[in-house]
Amino acid sequence: MIPLNVNGKTYQVDVEPEVPLLWVIREQLKLTGTKFGCGEGLCGACTVHVDGEPIRSCITPVGDVRGKKIVTIEGIPVRHPVKQAWLAEEVSQCGYCQPGQVMSAVALLKKHPKPTDGDIDSAMSGNICRCGTYPRIRIAIHRAAGAKKKG
Amino acid sequence: MSEIIKLSRRDFLKTGAVLGGGLVLGCYLPFGNSAGAADPATTFAPNAFIRVGSDDTVTLIINKSEMGQGVYTSLPMLIAEELACDWKMIRIEAAPVDPVYNHTVFGLQVTGGSTSVRTEWERLSKAGATAREMLVAAAAKQWKVDPATCRAENGFVLHSGGKKLSYGQLADRTAKLPVPKEVRLKDPARYTIVGKPRHRLDSPAKIDGTAVFGIDAQLPGLLTAMVARPPVFGGKVASFTADKAKKVPGVVDVVQVPSGVAVIATGFWPAKKGRELLEIVWDDGPEGGLATPALRERYASLAQSPGLVARKEGEPAQAVRQAAKQLTAEFETPFLAHAPMEPLNCCVDLKSDRCNIWTGTQFQTVDRNSAAEVAGLKPEQVHLHTTFLGGGFGRRANPASDFVREAVHVAKAAGKPVKVIWTRDDDMKGGYYRPFWYDRISAGLDDTGNLTAWQHTIVGQSIIAGTPFEAAMVKNGIDESSVEGAAEIPYAIPNLQVDLHTTKLLVPVLWWRSVGHSHTAFVVESFIDEAAHAAGKDPFAFRRALLAKHPRNRGVLELAAAKADWGKPLPAGHSRGIAVHESFGSFIAQVAEVSVDKKGTIKVHRVVCAIDCGRIVNPDTIRAQMESGIVFGLSAALHGAITFKNGRVEQDNFDGYPVVRMNESPTIEVHIMPSTEPPGGVGEPGVPPIAPAVANGVFAATGVRLRTLPFNTKTLQDGMGKG
Repeated sequence: MIPLNVNGKTYQVDVEPEVPLLWVIREQLKLTGTKFGCGEGLCGACTVHVDGEPIRSCITPVGDVRGKKIVTIEGIPVRHPVKQAWLAEEVSQCGYCQPGQVMSAVALLKKHPKPTDGDIDSAMSGNICRCGTYPRIRIAIHRAAGAKKKG
Repeated sequence: MSEIIKLSRRDFLKTGAVLGGGLVLGCYLPFGNSAGAADPATTFAPNAFIRVGSDDTVTLIINKSEMGQGVYTSLPMLIAEELACDWKMIRIEAAPVDPVYNHTVFGLQVTGGSTSVRTEWERLSKAGATAREMLVAAAAKQWKVDPATCRAENGFVLHSGGKKLSYGQLADRTAKLPVPKEVRLKDPARYTIVGKPRHRLDSPAKIDGTAVFGIDAQLPGLLTAMVARPPVFGGKVASFTADKAKKVPGVVDVVQVPSGVAVIATGFWPAKKGRELLEIVWDDGPEGGLATPALRERYASLAQSPGLVARKEGEPAQAVRQAAKQLTAEFETPFLAHAPMEPLNCCVDLKSDRCNIWTGTQFQTVDRNSAAEVAGLKPEQVHLHTTFLGGGFGRRANPASDFVREAVHVAKAAGKPVKVIWTRDDDMKGGYYRPFWYDRISAGLDDTGNLTAWQHTIVGQSIIAGTPFEAAMVKNGIDESSVEGAAEIPYAIPNLQVDLHTTKLLVPVLWWRSVGHSHTAFVVESFIDEAAHAAGKDPFAFRRALLAKHPRNRGVLELAAAKADWGKPLPAGHSRGIAVHESFGSFIAQVAEVSVDKKGTIKVHRVVCAIDCGRIVNPDTIRAQMESGIVFGLSAALHGAITFKNGRVEQDNFDGYPVVRMNESPTIEVHIMPSTEPPGGVGEPGVPPIAPAVANGVFAATGVRLRTLPFNTKTLQDGMGKG
């Protein structure tokens, strides 16, 4: 049994420690907001926070995060400035990558409350969006940071 | 002026049957709010698209798949405009499979061809107007007043005398009224919803994790399967051993299916581990030697002589020969994977007398019928539930129903509900690519720089040949989708020929966002630019002069050029390229501002896009789709290529098949041309102009002409070195 702390709740999961955290979250905990995109940490769709850091859950063995504080998209409140900015800027299209994008953006703003475009490039270039919502993600992050910047 | 529309009785005949089916099928709600088998609040359903509940909810049944393009908002806007309902009370349900939801032109339930708004505008407007008129009639009857003294507004019927009833309060009574044969549609000048920006209805669910995609489908006792497929297209399993795979804890069974060997397990990880331990001997079949360099040579050789003629004006061969100046160039565009963010998947619950399927599909009728065939059931025994699609781009509209057929085969073997999940590698290597194309063009200019001749030869596979659509879409040996965007070139050229060599390979090919236009716009708009430079003319002015008879092409060309400050100074090292292209009923011009560093790396700083897509529903959706198309097209221009070696695809994930990321994404400005023309598409037409606009900008910056996609930095570096 592996103890997991996800979105403030404690779970005991009966899985091999090598199983990627992603599949434990999705299949055992039924939290399907975290997505499978590439399985190799290349696309960011599976991004969750472990002790506040954004990580790729598709390549993180569940045994490595026992007892650590895990937050998924379901654990970010709807009133969070990032989610509100995502709605205001109408970021989502197909929406599949957006939970991962939001998790990366939340982590970015914790580290850089007023990120520059360069900060955004560094923090967000690990998250792929095939719908091409990048321009709106950039604007939404600036909005969430409280800046009025457009474009 | 209001328009009187005659309603076909046939439109509504099916209502009862559909609702019956809908109630049984109503276990899937895309927003994941509830999962009741029947909705007790439903009392008034004037047609297959609208249900008004006694609780004032308005459920709209949407027959188009939501894959990012915004149909779960734009189509409700069309209904709501006429229905005058309270926007906040709208709920969306994905339509079940039924002929009443068929595409009005294609005759199947399908989302594609950038046609949703174009084909549904009239039908959904009528559906909304019908419901509104019936609600007004019910209120007037109850109040014993003339319906003309009543009006509908924001979910209520109001009487001039001050009386007021909500749609919910009227639902029961309205359901008893006859459906009118004719309804009065609003004068577009009085539209309050259509044409104005509106927030997407699906946005909240897409950022809180509740939006259900196919891969999220849950059922009690659901198993997960993964299939080992032949590494070469046209190959098959010669023999296999599953002893090691079966020993993996969680692996339930290993079975052979027509597409390969399926490992059925309790979850994703054991299925994947089990699959890695399969020992399979493959029979590669005839394509075991397929290699991209040899294919290129074969195509280039074919391109040296004309193929079947798709269009001919004047005497192009002679005119080229006699021209004062001749130009010839060859272009190459690669196989491309759609690579939607959600890898393919399909969840199947197969019983002896019925089959439920949950998947993100663009092609409901075809997939439902294919599933029935595999399951040995009647089509009406198969219930296909359309989830949200984590991207489609054409991959989820496959005439072969590959991922659905396979999943039903696996479910037959499993005997339990099962979800087949494709990994990214499976998705990327699994085919149904945009075809590899090779083009050769010759042009002639007279001594004053006028374009007098154009000969364009296209070489590549047909995506339609061998499908049930061949009879309708392949004419005299020419697949229209192979030459679209080239055969109808809008420039005034007196001597013109466009011809086609259709090749045959076992590599499965499919429509890829913007279909034929994805390669023809690159070729035509790059070569017209070459012709402009050869004529010593400005590329914008050269195009403009040749578009006198095409005011909409010219209109967007001028708008984009003006908004991008065409001809005005730029920062040092920056240059501009322009392209204009019509596709899917819309006209788009783009100006790309680019720079190239010493290593040949291209940076696209800014794209200005002008679109004329006729009458519009949601301007913000149009902007979003232009941004989307530009980034999608830019991925293909800068990075995308599926290549073969020993018959095997050489790319397997986003490292070998890179796509544009945040750090490469340009600033994008979209300008929408006001128009009263019929609506055009927006999902695809943003893609075609971007590659040529960038290539033309690179030429302006460096003097190097890039004629191969994706752009090769080595070619660029070498070319710059020479210059």
